Amino acid sequence: MTYETIIGLEVHAQLLTRSKMFCRCSADYIDAASNTHVCPVCLGMPGVLPTINQQALEYAVMTALALNCAIPEYTKFDRKNYPYPDLMKGYQISQYDAPLAVNGWLEIEIEGHKRRIGIIRVHLEEDTAKLLHRTTPWGETYSLVDVNRAGVPLLEVVSEPDIRSPEEARQYLMKLRTILQFLGVSSGNMEEGSFRCDANISIRPLGSTDSAVKVEVKNMNSFKAVYRALEYEEGRQRGVIEEGGRLLQETRGWVEEKGITVSQRSKEYAHDYRYFPEPDLPPMVFSRQWVEQLRSRLPELPEARRDRFLSHYGLSAYDASLLTASKAMADYFEACVKLKTEAMVEKRAKAVRNWLLSDFSRLLHATDTEIGDSKVTPEHLVEMLDLIDQGTLSGAAAKTVFEEMFSSGRHAADIIAEKGLTQISDAEEVEEIVAQVIATNAQAVEDFKKGKERALTFLVGQVMRQTRGRANPSLVNKLLKEKLEDSP
Amino acid sequence: MKLSREEVKHIALLARLGLSEEEMERFRGQLSNILENFEVLKQVDTSDVPPTAYPISLENVVREDEAAPSFTQSEILANAPHQEEGCFRVRAVLEQ
Repeated sequence: MTYETIIGLEVHAQLLTRSKMFCRCSADYIDAASNTHVCPVCLGMPGVLPTINQQALEYAVMTALALNCAIPEYTKFDRKNYPYPDLMKGYQISQYDAPLAVNGWLEIEIEGHKRRIGIIRVHLEEDTAKLLHRTTPWGETYSLVDVNRAGVPLLEVVSEPDIRSPEEARQYLMKLRTILQFLGVSSGNMEEGSFRCDANISIRPLGSTDSAVKVEVKNMNSFKAVYRALEYEEGRQRGVIEEGGRLLQETRGWVEEKGITVSQRSKEYAHDYRYFPEPDLPPMVFSRQWVEQLRSRLPELPEARRDRFLSHYGLSAYDASLLTASKAMADYFEACVKLKTEAMVEKRAKAVRNWLLSDFSRLLHATDTEIGDSKVTPEHLVEMLDLIDQGTLSGAAAKTVFEEMFSSGRHAADIIAEKGLTQISDAEEVEEIVAQVIATNAQAVEDFKKGKERALTFLVGQVMRQTRGRANPSLVNKLLKEKLEDSP
Repeated sequence: MKLSREEVKHIALLARLGLSEEEMERFRGQLSNILENFEVLKQVDTSDVPPTAYPISLENVVREDEAAPSFTQSEILANAPHQEEGCFRVRAVLEQ
């Protein structure tokens, strides 16, 4: 039987405010010593009064607008009660029946087809404390609570169950993260936990509209983990059904090392959150004027930027998508291209694109570096490209130079001088090497004469090797052909 | 309307309270009384009163996003019965 997969995603993103959601403790806690960004509001001591962070509201509304949501006039905070040591107050300030935004969508592209994924709601809440698990030498387990993270503004984005495959889920997450990054409201860093995702997944026979048993999957700490966990869960559910078993409505945790999901707790103990309006926080009424003002302040979003890259720089749709997949990459690209005069822009754009999407990406990936943290600044890259354009540096030698720039952060000109990598464009010098190569590669010369074009490529390669990539390639080509045709 | 024993048990569980048999009966009576009082309130005609989540007519009370120094770690942990590594030490939280 053919099955259809139904996935809905719930994303939590920390907002990049200076202070926490409801108090003035610093929200920048990542490198802080434990429990040093904490105050009586964070701890929920008697008599404290939380106050709403204006910036968090603005960031949340801007995100909601970028996600095509409606912003109701009236919104409020509620208390969500549950007993867990990561909530010092015994409740989390969240939003229940009057969320900040509703009914949005974002667009993903799957195999060239655009698809809209609905967004049910966007709301604000506070992050919880961090729990560290410890075991004594005699096997007793206990937990440690670090409250620094508690109270950091958290934006929750809940999708409609419109997602139909693990790949669509991945695309949706990447798109959402890119939007948050373009808005500058969240780092979107999944490994550090500033961008987290839970999934609801079920399967049903294709064509059926029955509501199937939903499983909630948690504990996925990377885009790849989300993909793998959902793929695993699809298979597991199909297996249970095909063996005539019954699926349980439950929460399952992804275990990265084993590549499986395991049951965490059954929904028999369905949470009784007893939501009620937060009495310490007056409700909010957003004037239409304020909302429109925020809308007018929205920066250029990924799709608009992709389209502009397409038309302005003469890039292919594919390249434009890759270059706008992250804000850092798009900014880097434009910083390189902006440094060039208008008439040269398209040519330079192509050169920058070539480096960014090949050697540069490869090195970033291999060293697990973000482009913004790379030692190669846009100025450095532009300097190197200028040297290539001027004929000082050959394309082949540039690869060596770039690797050195990447690892040391030095200027291209210094590396060229030190390593003697200046391009050889002197005809006599190149001619000498060409003659040598022809003399020592009789077989290739013969092959060429028999009409094998590839033999020429081989001979060019030999000349480049002898000169460590320094010979001007077009000159080598020209001289080689001349010599080969002259020789008997 | 009298609460059932099951309901009282559930409420006690949510509040993380262990009740003896005697307490169970006592609170069952008291909680039922509270609910009965609400039944009286419910008789008021509120058909022209819009529902509200907040009794005071305040709205949009916000503050600028400025960080201020927090308390020190030792101040924060001052009331903790158990502490370790600069953290509150609590009983094991079962994650799985």
